[in-house]
Amino acid sequence: MNRRFSLFNVTSLTLGFAFLYLPMIILIIYSFNASKLVTVWAGFSTRWYGELLRNEQFLDAAWVTLKVAVASSTLATVLGTMAAYVLVRGGKFMGRTLFSGMIYAPLVMPEVITGLSLLLLFISIGLDRGVFTIVLAHTTFSMCYVSVVVSARLVSFDRSLEEAALDLGCSPFDAFKSVTLPIITPAVVSGWLLAFTLSLDDLVIASFTSGPSSTTLPIKIFSAVRLGVSPEINALSTIMIGIVAIGVVTASLVSKRAILRQKREEEEGFKQ
Amino acid sequence: MNPRRLLLILVPYGWLLALFLIPFVIVLKIALSDTAISIPPYTPLLDLAAGWEGFKSFLGQLDFENFVFLTEDDLYWKAYLSSLQIALVSTIITLIIGYPIAYAMARSAPEWRPTLMMLVILPFWTSFLIRVYAWMGILSNEGLLNQFLLWTGLISDPLTILNTKTAVYIGIVYTYLPFMILPIYATLEKLDASLLEAAEDLGCTRLSAFWLVTFPLSKSGIIAGCFLVFIPVIGEFVIPSLLGGSGTLMIGKVLWEEFFSNRDWPVASAVAVILLMILVIPIILFQRNEQKNREADQ
Repeated sequence: MNRRFSLFNVTSLTLGFAFLYLPMIILIIYSFNASKLVTVWAGFSTRWYGELLRNEQFLDAAWVTLKVAVASSTLATVLGTMAAYVLVRGGKFMGRTLFSGMIYAPLVMPEVITGLSLLLLFISIGLDRGVFTIVLAHTTFSMCYVSVVVSARLVSFDRSLEEAALDLGCSPFDAFKSVTLPIITPAVVSGWLLAFTLSLDDLVIASFTSGPSSTTLPIKIFSAVRLGVSPEINALSTIMIGIVAIGVVTASLVSKRAILRQKREEEEGFKQ
Repeated sequence: MNPRRLLLILVPYGWLLALFLIPFVIVLKIALSDTAISIPPYTPLLDLAAGWEGFKSFLGQLDFENFVFLTEDDLYWKAYLSSLQIALVSTIITLIIGYPIAYAMARSAPEWRPTLMMLVILPFWTSFLIRVYAWMGILSNEGLLNQFLLWTGLISDPLTILNTKTAVYIGIVYTYLPFMILPIYATLEKLDASLLEAAEDLGCTRLSAFWLVTFPLSKSGIIAGCFLVFIPVIGEFVIPSLLGGSGTLMIGKVLWEEFFSNRDWPVASAVAVILLMILVIPIILFQRNEQKNREADQ
């Protein structure tokens, strides 16, 4: 089909990806700018990376962010997987509509509302704001993303495999552990990664639910950026973009290899 | 019901009730309470220990003062209307830009598709804040865009783009583009190519085949994409505050300032309640659409 490479399609892909990537590439280039003025190029330098690494405030905030992200994404994965299982395999129970509504609503709920409502909850039950409250808040919205990802996988897999395990004498929990879980593992892992990045990224909800002693990196970046563009933030952004790029590329290579291996095993299986 | 199943349902259900639904009830309660007593540490109006009497006195104390206040100051109306307008216009622009990209992806060779898909998802994994920030350096008066336009001779004086509505549109379209591309791509990819061949065999031109076959069949993806852009953009806070300057009014920003700068919690809650009421209809429609798509898949 020659239509696949029509001029129209190639142009829209080129322009589209240029639009998506040029701003980030420019940001990366300017993070190596020697000048203090972000808009004037004064030669290559790694000076801002050095200054960033000496900035205690940013390092502290990065540590808090990482702790919150690991804790909340792990918790969200457990809760989100349970929620997905209930949604897909739970059958009918009281308040099911409300339950599925509560799973989908946080995906589109404006962050200012979620943040405000959680803060008012924490205050009315007298919970001091800090790392713990940010973890609670992040777990709540990211468990919904996890459950959407996991339930997509649960819907598509053959239920008779599970039933076979039950017929062969497995308890429901054993069937889940030895049949269902291995099959949905890729979705659970990508759910965890999604929850992790959502938590790293969140500014608005963390601003509402954090206390004075628990500033996260996005809050720090936001207050620095409000004062104007700074080369230090360019360096920090480049590091974050780099980590994400390496992570995503590695993950996709690993899953590609897993798919290839599975294919090969299946082919060998057919030959026998 | 066996206890294990009950536990499986109760844990995520209870979590969402406690940390998603109950907080909204509290927001509603504070929106309906007096300004003076709700400034921290405010006294709860509903005294559960007092039983029915407490509930009656709670009902007696409710007042709509904060909502009346919102109608009196036209700042709030303007902010709601301006948010709706910005969300609507940017959804349309995102659709116009995103559709051709999704279409081209779906029509590319199958071995290319995973790579193209990853290229669309990758920006989604990178920080939202950083992607908005990247535009600050490009759009400012001495920024790269102005430098480029001056260099090409298209303009003789730098344009003011940063801190205007245009910058907000650019920022929204840029950050929400993947949300539009992915659902449309998902429906287009499933499209049976033989339908198009049949249309052309029956005398359709390529354009009319697109209009009569491809476009209607991608409708569910378009609807999902539009909701995924429109609903969150209404409450957007980061983009208007970094790119929009003080002149751009959006309700998410107003709520934030009411809360953090003016420290008027009841008014901030009232703003949130009305915002939520505006969003209830699109959110329900979104959920219906998702349900329909899932049933169609099965």
